[in-house]
Amino acid sequence: MRLNGTLNWHSPEGLVRSVAAKVGQGARFCALFASPEAAGTRLLALLSHSGTLVPEATMVPEGAGGFPTLTAATPAAAWYERRVKDLFGLEPRGHPRPDPLVLPRRPGSAPPRPGWGQPVSALPPDDPGAAPPAACPGQATGPLELDLSPLPAHVQGEGVFTLPYGPVRSGVVESVEYLIETPGERVPHVRARTFYKHRGMQARFPGLSLADGALLAERYEGVASVAHAIAYCSALESIAGCQPPPAAGLVRVLHAELERVANHLSSLLAHTEAAAQAVAAARVATHKERLQRLRAELCGNRFGRGVVVPGGVSGPPLAGAKSLLGPLTRLQAGIRADLELLMATPSFVDRLRRTGVIAPSLARERAALGPVGRASGQAGDLRSDHPYAAYASLRPPASPTRTAGDALARQQVRQEEMESAFDLARQALEGLEELGPTPVGGWRAGLGAVTGEALGWAEAPQGELFYLVDAVQGRVRQAQARSASFHNLALFATAFPDDIFTDFAFIEASFGVSIAGVAG
Amino acid sequence: MPWLTRGLREGIVTTRYPHRPDGYGASFAGHVVCEPGALGAEAEAAAAACPTGAIEVGRTGARLDQGRCVLCGRCCQVAPRWFRLRPGFETAALSREALVVPESAADRRAIAQAREELRQRVRALRRSVHLRHVDAGSDGSEEWEIAALTGPIYDVQRLGIFFTASPRHADVLLVTGVGTAAMRGPLRLTYEAMPAPKAVVAVGTDAISGGLAGGTYASGTGVASVVPVDVLVPGSPPSPFSVLHGILLAVGLVGERQREQLPGKSRSEEVAG
Repeated sequence: MRLNGTLNWHSPEGLVRSVAAKVGQGARFCALFASPEAAGTRLLALLSHSGTLVPEATMVPEGAGGFPTLTAATPAAAWYERRVKDLFGLEPRGHPRPDPLVLPRRPGSAPPRPGWGQPVSALPPDDPGAAPPAACPGQATGPLELDLSPLPAHVQGEGVFTLPYGPVRSGVVESVEYLIETPGERVPHVRARTFYKHRGMQARFPGLSLADGALLAERYEGVASVAHAIAYCSALESIAGCQPPPAAGLVRVLHAELERVANHLSSLLAHTEAAAQAVAAARVATHKERLQRLRAELCGNRFGRGVVVPGGVSGPPLAGAKSLLGPLTRLQAGIRADLELLMATPSFVDRLRRTGVIAPSLARERAALGPVGRASGQAGDLRSDHPYAAYASLRPPASPTRTAGDALARQQVRQEEMESAFDLARQALEGLEELGPTPVGGWRAGLGAVTGEALGWAEAPQGELFYLVDAVQGRVRQAQARSASFHNLALFATAFPDDIFTDFAFIEASFGVSIAGVAG
Repeated sequence: MPWLTRGLREGIVTTRYPHRPDGYGASFAGHVVCEPGALGAEAEAAAAACPTGAIEVGRTGARLDQGRCVLCGRCCQVAPRWFRLRPGFETAALSREALVVPESAADRRAIAQAREELRQRVRALRRSVHLRHVDAGSDGSEEWEIAALTGPIYDVQRLGIFFTASPRHADVLLVTGVGTAAMRGPLRLTYEAMPAPKAVVAVGTDAISGGLAGGTYASGTGVASVVPVDVLVPGSPPSPFSVLHGILLAVGLVGERQREQLPGKSRSEEVAG
């Protein structure tokens, strides 16, 4: 969706009023993007209103120091505003709890304002002789100052203590710290400190060529590389006003759906391990490894990297329907059979049922996304709501929903999504077979030296993914991503109403977020 | 009971590596190699096309730093005469210099020295090794590839290799990610909590050089400035076989790959194996 000329501009107070009015009419709060500009910081709130994406913007002038909070209008904005405070030094006035989230700056130190040139590094430079690039107004010019001191506890009471779980945790997992406030069994409060993995990705995009930007997008949230590359590239294609060729759309669907299965298997694997189902875990790990190998057979990379490029795809798949349909069908049958048995195994199902319940009303208020949202009655799916790639012609089935909102419902949603993902991948393979080795329109369209700003999207395995990309003459001026992982992890703290400490692993597995996508 | 029979019906799926070569692992496009004497417009174009600046064209020819390479394959398309994706997964190396190809005589001496020092240090670890993994700002994919090692297909437990939660029990530290500002402290603490003798394996291009994501205000350019790295496993991400090779290399159970170059082959042939 090209943004130039379509933004609804407001004053900072006007933005709050507009968002509050639209949310009151049933609109869903999708994201809040912040971009550094010469005049100040542009905030762009994205809403989904009656099936349309509505961008609402305001410019917070340099020196204003803050802006009125949107969190009062919609609680879903809470984490976004904490991020804006960390990275841009703007205080969300009236925010209930603006603790550091992605960058724990020492109070009073200058913010990095990522996206404007290359902010000064806090770390030893590669080339000590290089002159630092010019900073924009208000941007940190000295080394970044971090404050990693512990946070005060929120919950008071006899025997309540804070368990800092992380950032180095047991198992091979991503680094994140959960501050679990507990009297021993119940978990009245959990806070996620995600800044350990903050890489400042928004600062890495400016100046890249369009093709290099796609490679970087693939590494924003590595387990959803294909979805990130699709969302980034479709933003560029909107700027250029071109459509990728039909064959490229099919290749994108093929890789994106296999990526979905891989991520859902990963979530299932974490569930089976948490439930100590050793044989089931071994089976799921085997399925996942076989799938990763099939993905590598298609493109030479186990994560589908290098496939999606601006304007289309890099080329035809290295393997066709003939060699892949058989293994794919066998894999699907194997997963289905094991899941049927698993869902009939009481020692597994009992750990998921009524664990980590998110009521549909809460999911609606916080605009929960992806499988987490669908398990709590929120039906949104970009593949059918705003079709991209070849989804319009493949007719993805209506996304499954449940209303129980527990870990079991999230698992059931993922199970159905795996089935439809296999079907879509098969359709894409057959479609490619029909188009032949030299399809009409080729594999990629030329974009030229594009200039403009657009929003791109994809339904990642974790849920709705957006890219906001601003390009000038074939180079990235600014780009930023909003992963569903970021949006959904904000709900994590609400998922322990009746749960105890030992449910933690299940609730975490059922969220299926990637911390890389949260921290950015 | 149904689970038991289901497991049995599947049969043995585990690789025989490192005792026997593995067909799948050998077909994997493992790393990009550079022919000696790569000069001229094509080599210059390849260097300009590289998204991470891994190629430097010197007086005698181009050299490619596999520790920066993210395997995008652009140089192989621009200059197929000089660069190509070479199959195989034994990509880990014992020093930063050893990842720069073609190698120089000075590198060879440094590599030999690093190998001998590590051999002396890890002599006691050969029978049973405990690993601790720390993510210092990865994109999340390296964790999948490392975790795959405990599954039935790689099953590293058969080799006496185990993952442990406590750094106090760990002999080898696997580090992934660019080395973010906030993870430098926890990473250092984990390393210091491990008893000697110990070895560090940097897993992935991000951990070696920062890769594509490194070099911002919050991301580092690899983890070597935080912990002393003994083994480097390039790749973005490296395949599970490459990670396994790196671990075995760290404890002296296998040798480094052969560093001479093989005659050329196209990428699709190599991937098809």
